[in-house]
Amino acid sequence: MMATLPPRSGPTRPTASLETEVLIIGGGATGAGIMRDLALRGIHSLLIDKKDLCAGASGGNHGLLHSGGRYVFSDPQSAIECREEGHILKRVLPQCIEQTGGLFVAVDGDDEGFAADFAGLCAAAGIACTPLLPAEARELEPALSERVVAAYQVPDATIDPFRLALENVNQARLVNGSIYRPHTEVVAFEKSGDVIVSALCRDNRSGETVRIVAQQFVNAGGAWAMDIARLAGCDDVRLLYSKGTLLVTHDRMIRRVINRLRPPADGDILVPGGTVSILGTTSLRTDALNAVQPTVDEINRNIREGMAMVPALAHARYIRAFSRVRPLLQAGGGADDRQATRGFALIDHHSQGIANLCTITGGKLTTYRLMAEKTADLVAARIGNTAPCRTAVDIVPDGEACRWTEPGAAPKLWYRAGDPDDTILCECEMVPQSAIDQIVRCAPGAEAEMTLEAIALRSRAGKGPCQGSFCGIRIASHLYDRGYYRDRTGLLHMRDFFNERFKGQRAVIWGQQMAQMELAEALHCGLLGLDCLDSPSETVTEGEAQS
Amino acid sequence: MIREERQFTVDLAVIGSGLAGFAASIFAINRGIRTAQIGNTGAVAYTTGYLDLFGRLAADQLLDDPWRGLRQLAASQPQHPLARVTEAEVRAAFDEFVAFLTEAGVPYGQAGERNVMALTPAGTIKPTLCVPSTMQGGVDALAARARCLIVDFRGLRGFSARQVVANLRQEWPQLRAEQLVFPGMEHGELYPEVMARSLEVPACREELAARIRDVLGDADVVGLPAILGMHHPHLVMAEMERLIGRPLFEIPTMPPAVPGIRLREMFEQVFPTRGLTLIPQQKVDAVRFADEAVRLSLADSYGPIAISAQTVILATGRFLSGGLLASFDGISEPLIGLPVTQPPSREGWFREQYMDKEGHPVHTAGIVTDADFRPLSAEGGPYDRRLFAAGLILAHQDWIRGRCGAGIALASAFRAVDAVGRELARSGGQSGKHQSAEGRRDV
Repeated sequence: MMATLPPRSGPTRPTASLETEVLIIGGGATGAGIMRDLALRGIHSLLIDKKDLCAGASGGNHGLLHSGGRYVFSDPQSAIECREEGHILKRVLPQCIEQTGGLFVAVDGDDEGFAADFAGLCAAAGIACTPLLPAEARELEPALSERVVAAYQVPDATIDPFRLALENVNQARLVNGSIYRPHTEVVAFEKSGDVIVSALCRDNRSGETVRIVAQQFVNAGGAWAMDIARLAGCDDVRLLYSKGTLLVTHDRMIRRVINRLRPPADGDILVPGGTVSILGTTSLRTDALNAVQPTVDEINRNIREGMAMVPALAHARYIRAFSRVRPLLQAGGGADDRQATRGFALIDHHSQGIANLCTITGGKLTTYRLMAEKTADLVAARIGNTAPCRTAVDIVPDGEACRWTEPGAAPKLWYRAGDPDDTILCECEMVPQSAIDQIVRCAPGAEAEMTLEAIALRSRAGKGPCQGSFCGIRIASHLYDRGYYRDRTGLLHMRDFFNERFKGQRAVIWGQQMAQMELAEALHCGLLGLDCLDSPSETVTEGEAQS
Repeated sequence: MIREERQFTVDLAVIGSGLAGFAASIFAINRGIRTAQIGNTGAVAYTTGYLDLFGRLAADQLLDDPWRGLRQLAASQPQHPLARVTEAEVRAAFDEFVAFLTEAGVPYGQAGERNVMALTPAGTIKPTLCVPSTMQGGVDALAARARCLIVDFRGLRGFSARQVVANLRQEWPQLRAEQLVFPGMEHGELYPEVMARSLEVPACREELAARIRDVLGDADVVGLPAILGMHHPHLVMAEMERLIGRPLFEIPTMPPAVPGIRLREMFEQVFPTRGLTLIPQQKVDAVRFADEAVRLSLADSYGPIAISAQTVILATGRFLSGGLLASFDGISEPLIGLPVTQPPSREGWFREQYMDKEGHPVHTAGIVTDADFRPLSAEGGPYDRRLFAAGLILAHQDWIRGRCGAGIALASAFRAVDAVGRELARSGGQSGKHQSAEGRRDV
């Protein structure tokens, strides 16, 4: 929705001014991690994102906490980092992690030499790796193909990136009042000599310009980091963009993470996540950063490849697909982006004549904490703060309004509370109205009016088979009832929410999902007329567009 | 235990129990055609009760005059099912259908010259042609901008009086919202169907009327979610109006909703008394076109059923009702295997934007027919002279964006039944009028 605004229009005169010690640009896992890290060192920060938390690659991956096995062939350093970070995160962020374990399996026809080297390479990286007979692997995971010829067990786990970001932001908020501000996009930096004094930011919802004054600036813009650095006149951030497309199945088809034991390729990882599983990914070099959508061809390729490991993927019910752009550090220049380094880079921009901006990019979800630590080390040193990093030892507390992204959490808490008046608004994921009330009251980002998309990002609402087509209506009507919406804003939010959910459905609509989609469109357009909210008609009045 | 097969011999078998199937049965009954109707109840419970003829022609225009819209459609989309019937047929179809419903206990207003502007649970306004008499008051109150109270109930999800008011207040300042607790349902979630059935009990009506009277204020008319009884709703409403002392009207709720269930239950009660063989909750397994008759086979919990029919109307709907099947590789018609006209690949089914004003090409996929709504084979001729199709399974229409679902259902059923009559007369197959279609048991 925000992508329709011209991306680089000049700032208008600022109508508000904010001040902080450190401005962090980019609300992905890394930005949220930096916010927490700084707060634990006693440094105040303001985190902004042009959309909302995890809108980029942080929210568009498998949710896989790598054991490191994936990288033992191509990038042993990354493999070791993954192993170490996995250990740390399992201790400090247990609420975001499910210790599923993982398997690497080769099927008939895969390079057997590759499989044979795996155990040794894992050992070299210190990754626990147990060889299994194919029959043993199938006993652990009955969905595996009969064609499995080699299998290893590794300590892979799954991680909920949305809750991770929410919990990091929430702890920073609690520790020292650091602030998260969604829908805020940097459009220009104001410099004095070699120092950035402030960032001029556009509030993408109101269109107003906000000046943010800070001592230090951190560019954690992920795939957009190169563009942000250029706004500051720095051209030493060089990224490649790789589009990945993943699919979500209706059912949890396996208990463990299943990796294909071969050089990385399409459709070679299947990850359980709550009640679903996630299959991916394709990898396609792209120049387009915004509005990337799954294509039918990418869907077909993922399914075709995934079937080799788990044949049931051929006839599974898919409820969603999504695409995100991963930032890869430009190095070497190999033809395959999967060969590009998955390591990260911290760039201090010293060579560009800027003393108080740094950029952190590349990397992966599993190493987000380490990336945040390295960045915070630099920022702290620059402002003379000598407090040590505590993110590897301090436990992240359970944030009150952060728990709703966990599959199954809502029904459990709802059942325990036993309040019959607390009706369920999202039936697929059993999200009660009390969860919605709490999210709009106090979840990270609740300081400003929340859209239905923002609520869905902070809960399981709309994640089930109906993909929000019913609960979007129910949640909006609940919020009208609560007086949260008082005019046409709720209708516009509904429309935008359904439009947004559709992007993830479009390429996987067949079978039962087609029936679901037909019903949804009949409701949204045929009955409620959300496709005609802006249409001229004698009887349908025009309201003020809110977004 | 092998159960004996029950056999029925009829002149017309209607497959499908949505609006098109019900309409075809009504038209057939009225013409004395010996008929059986079979099939899952499909999507009829999803109807709001509003009968749309045609509400949106071009991408950006809601229609005030559906008849003028139909004339424009004939020029711009000659393949559209509504462009292939005459205006006289459409009027006759609506009149006959509405008259039957009214007589059977679910009264409707007659089709007029203009669309009426009807309320939705979101507080938007929808152009439609006919509304149940229990909903007419909402149309009138909106048109008059009357002093009006909208009532909702705690625990009834997806229906907020405050939402209706918030979205209409600008043009309808004398609109007010109140929330009540429904009698006997003080806690937990409410279901419209249960509320409607409980309002058939006088004590519940009296208690609810008292609660509404308490919040009436200066309102001249009161709007409620569609919960005013399941059978003979106009009588329930009249009684409530007497108790409250103000006129009432219903606003549809989120489906599956009471107005659709009313229609389904009414048909299930009335059709058997009119000589129609109704096998409502069963899916036809196979259709075989033998020389002497079309043979339908299915089974229920009592065993197999065989229906021998001279003609068949396929009114199985689209994806939601199972009339069309979208699979990984394409769209098919699963019962008979009729050819389905469709976009060349899955990539072309949906546009990029959900609310794209043009609508999605997948919705215009469907069965192509001749002028009498006989499905065509891949070679281009009728698949079988005895087979007709009606309703949303037809190609070249987008009933969702066109707001024309009931219009297509009624008009195509009307023309198809007319053609069935001609076919029966031609083949001499019609075995006597007003003959009941009782099953014969072969012992």
